[in-house]
Amino acid sequence: MVDAGTQTSAYNAAGICPDDDLVTDPATTRSPEPPVTPSLGGAREMELIRRILSGDRSLFYELIQPYERVVFLAANSILQNDADAEEVAQESFLRALEKLATFRGEARFSTWLVQIAINDARMRLRRSKRYQVQSADEPVSAVDDEEYFPRDLADWREIPSEALERKELREALKRAVASLKPHYRDVFLLRDVQHLSIAETAKALGLKEATVKVRLLRARLMMRDALAPGYDGSWTIGETGWKKVRPW
Amino acid sequence: MSTMEISCVEVWREISNYVENDIEPELRRRIEDHFRICEHCTAVLDGTRNVVKLVGDGRAFHPPKGFSERLRSRLSAEGGAR
Repeated sequence: MVDAGTQTSAYNAAGICPDDDLVTDPATTRSPEPPVTPSLGGAREMELIRRILSGDRSLFYELIQPYERVVFLAANSILQNDADAEEVAQESFLRALEKLATFRGEARFSTWLVQIAINDARMRLRRSKRYQVQSADEPVSAVDDEEYFPRDLADWREIPSEALERKELREALKRAVASLKPHYRDVFLLRDVQHLSIAETAKALGLKEATVKVRLLRARLMMRDALAPGYDGSWTIGETGWKKVRPW
Repeated sequence: MSTMEISCVEVWREISNYVENDIEPELRRRIEDHFRICEHCTAVLDGTRNVVKLVGDGRAFHPPKGFSERLRSRLSAEGGAR
């Protein structure tokens, strides 16, 4: 179990920044350090932390506001329930406030917060009878021996990012993520949704980097299959080939 | 100079590292040679990239409506933070 309060090792300089890094040129590849969430910057964060620790707790929301989404999604990746994830996220922020003096800046503040949220969500999961206890710290051998190969080899055509404005696509993505086993889902959400680096994802989940890479591969392939033409009935093949019938 | 051919299964095992650009140059060349002749693996690559692109877009996943307001309210009530 990772204790965010005592975690001290350094991370790769990757992670949480604005915007996506999405490649449109098929010849290019994704940067391993994509930006997503506007951060305050390390110096500003450390200044806020210093002032909060000096007694001005009113500044705490300014400190954590850029990371609301990432903390909620981290909790939801474990709990798969919006209401529970929101409650855990709130409690994690309160815990972060109480433990703020233990944050020494070796890790990104966002990663530190995510670790707290993941630990809190796992605790909630273990306590709850509504959930089957199955988390990313299950023995690696039980999870990572199973190889996964693509099931649908048809050309998918790109789904444009603009289609995300449509609720149908967002719901389809949500269903696809929910269909992943927790071990894959946790890694996938931290790396691909929240843009933590491989190293940060490994640290946050208490896994080896090699394990993160293996699970990430399978999660991406599973997600592709879940959204691929022909596999979920969203596309049909007629006399003229693939016919698009998706609502987006 | 010709490079050693690589199978579809080997490409699939490396496709995530390929997307991450976390791969040795020689293996990268072999995979790219394979993409030129294998439409199935190209489809897997395109689909994988599309998945990464879509879920990485900030619009794909959101906290519930009112999340920020409720968070601020609880921080204020229980943590002395506003």
